[in-house]
Amino acid sequence: MSANRQTKETFIPDFDPIDTFVTPWSTHAEIAWNGQIVTMGILVCLACGLVGSFIVVRKLALMGDAISHGILPGLALAFIIMKSWALFPMFFGACVAGLLCSFCIEWLQKKSILKPDAALGVTFTTFFAFGVLLIAMYGGNAHIDAECLLYGEIGLIPLAESLSLGGVDLGARPIVSMFVVTVLVIISVTVFYRQLMVTSFDFTLAKTLGLPVTLIHYGLMLLLALTIVSSFEAVGVILVISMLIFPSVTANFFFRRMPAILFCSLPLSFVYSIGGFFLARWLDCTIAGAMVLVASLCFALGWAFGPNGGLAWQLLDRLNDKPGNKNARSEGCAVEGQ
Amino acid sequence: MKGHPHSKWSLPRPPLEWRVGISWIILFLCALPLQGEQISSQGDSILERSHRFLTLSDESVRMVLLGTILMGLSCGVMGGLVVTRRLSLFGDTLSHAVLPGVAVGFLWSQSKDSWAILVGATVAGFLGVALISLLRKTSRIRQDSALGLVLSGFYALGICMLTRIQKMEFGNQSGIDKYLFGQVVGLSSSDLWTMAFSCLLILTLTILLYKELLVAGFDSEYARSIGLPVDFLQYLLWLLLAFAVITSLQVVGVVLVSALLVIPAATASLITDKMRAILIWSAMLGCMAGATGAFLSFLGNQLPTGPIIVLVSAVFFLWALFFHPQNGLLFKWLAARNRNQRIALENTLKAVYQELESINFQEETTSVSQLAKRRRIGMPQAHRETDALVARQYATVHPVEDKLAAPPRPTLISLTPKGWGTACRIVRNHRLWELYLTNEARYAPDHVHDDAEKIEHVLGEETVRRIERILSNPKKDPHGKLIPSQQDIDRGFIA
Repeated sequence: MSANRQTKETFIPDFDPIDTFVTPWSTHAEIAWNGQIVTMGILVCLACGLVGSFIVVRKLALMGDAISHGILPGLALAFIIMKSWALFPMFFGACVAGLLCSFCIEWLQKKSILKPDAALGVTFTTFFAFGVLLIAMYGGNAHIDAECLLYGEIGLIPLAESLSLGGVDLGARPIVSMFVVTVLVIISVTVFYRQLMVTSFDFTLAKTLGLPVTLIHYGLMLLLALTIVSSFEAVGVILVISMLIFPSVTANFFFRRMPAILFCSLPLSFVYSIGGFFLARWLDCTIAGAMVLVASLCFALGWAFGPNGGLAWQLLDRLNDKPGNKNARSEGCAVEGQ
Repeated sequence: MKGHPHSKWSLPRPPLEWRVGISWIILFLCALPLQGEQISSQGDSILERSHRFLTLSDESVRMVLLGTILMGLSCGVMGGLVVTRRLSLFGDTLSHAVLPGVAVGFLWSQSKDSWAILVGATVAGFLGVALISLLRKTSRIRQDSALGLVLSGFYALGICMLTRIQKMEFGNQSGIDKYLFGQVVGLSSSDLWTMAFSCLLILTLTILLYKELLVAGFDSEYARSIGLPVDFLQYLLWLLLAFAVITSLQVVGVVLVSALLVIPAATASLITDKMRAILIWSAMLGCMAGATGAFLSFLGNQLPTGPIIVLVSAVFFLWALFFHPQNGLLFKWLAARNRNQRIALENTLKAVYQELESINFQEETTSVSQLAKRRRIGMPQAHRETDALVARQYATVHPVEDKLAAPPRPTLISLTPKGWGTACRIVRNHRLWELYLTNEARYAPDHVHDDAEKIEHVLGEETVRRIERILSNPKKDPHGKLIPSQQDIDRGFIA
């Protein structure tokens, strides 16, 4: 029993506010190092949150999961061929693999008698297994680690080589590429906002309006693949899915309109990134995991107390026995696009 | 009818053993490149290694093989139950959600004790599933989002706990990170006993409660109405699924367990559509994939077993998808191509017949240009169609004998007896169906043509006889044209 107690104490370390909150920002070197980590976290959460909002309303949450697994063979091949993390081959390989995965899933769903979920499960697990095998076979002599791909290590981001353009040092490569992708995501979402909205919420209307629905779909898939590729080094292929889903689902407990949900990604990404950083600092565990834990906590808060369908208000309504409650909830469905 | 597949319900025919054998050989060949990398460093050849594997002389080989087969069996059966209920991705979620439970079990026992981990993981898996249904009940979050939330949230918790454990003094040498990818070599005999126990439990309960699970899975309302404890069965299913997932974790790891749940079962559902057969096939495929994967990874020397098992089952899946005699896409595609070719031929023959009919069968030949005009196609296409007729001995062609005609002399077509018979049969089917629709189904005479265009190619001899009997052997169709009779076909001309 005493051994147990001792384990528990070391399992959750003592909370030292000075070490957690102050030390990381005490010297210039620390600020530069940790600042990069937090910036990367914010960029990842922001890009994933924006793309994820559309993914969630299109009922493609698990497609995000599938693509995030499906990019693995592309990454591995790019790495094996180039022998290093060259930026463009990596993006190219991963995007091709991700799109191929999504195309295979849709093809199976259409052409075979399989149920849609089974088609999805079969495809992405096969892609993933292929990627893992490639890494295990050829990754040994190259510097690539399957576990790092799986849950990422945002804490090592500042170690990456820095990228320079015309003699100007731009910063660590993952942060620069993430920044570019985030800007691309923001621009695409702003420019194609209407098209994305119409195709997400009313497919038939979009078709009658003559919108290129298939093109928009694959454009979104490409955006998704780009986001996943640029963030996998930080959070790994499995935790990307939470960065995609959590922001929009959490925001949905507070707002009903799509623009508000999209804007919500910004503060949430700050909360996830900074909160995750401090949590990981305290527990001395992986930062990406801690970021998702903070995201889960925010989600739990939203689920419990959110004004738009939170448990507490449901309970209150049930206690007061208001019959009008049902209507209020069904109105809220507008944002779900049913 | 030659290219038509066998009847829908029968199991594959004898060549199955052949196909299995060929697949094994192909897999063996696939193993050669895998093996190529390390062959120089290792003294023994591929034949020696396969001999060592197949004779089961190594203790470790026996344990690995037993482990992978037990895993394939339990995952196959559970996968069959889960995939047919459209819950494939629940398996995925469950396999990620057990991770914190594994960590807690590990902390609790402070070792890689399989029982403590089993208990912890089962509880965590149950919590995950319960959270999904709670989310579905109390919020507007859709199923797929809820699955993703629980999957990644629990997984993150598990990862955080595992990294913590690895930093503690006893966690270092534990090899607990093997739960992420699995390491079949590390199987201990107590792990095997756990696997055997859970496999036995799964098999026994599935066989005993087969009917109940079937009814509850496919029609829960009906099951409730006949007094079955549907909720209890549902929880039992989750429990068994959790057992299957957890015991397989050590072999293939968290991420690939869901592959073993989904892929064999999906393959089975491509092969057959009877529940019992799906379960048996899925279990068999799981075992075969496990054994083959173990074999290949042994040949390949230290290759990870999990991904190879998954890829082997993916090969089985692709085989079923494309080459299965009844449902394979290749055969479906070939059958569709055959059918389209036959329909095109029959349409050409029908056009020739109608052309001959338009001149009251005064002559036995018609020209390709006439055919092109009637079929409303260009001359090259008409020539192609004529060539197809000639190739199948439905017709013969010869240039027009009139020496005075302009140089590209028109080609004349005349039907052979075989061609004449087929043409008459198609026209007869068409006109009989038109008459049937007008007389018996009360269609307007100008609405029946399109329908008859389609059905003329598929009416069987027996159906035609029945229609004739119903219509009391008619002579003319609703548009006043003669219907060729069996005697006309035999005689070779219309009387």
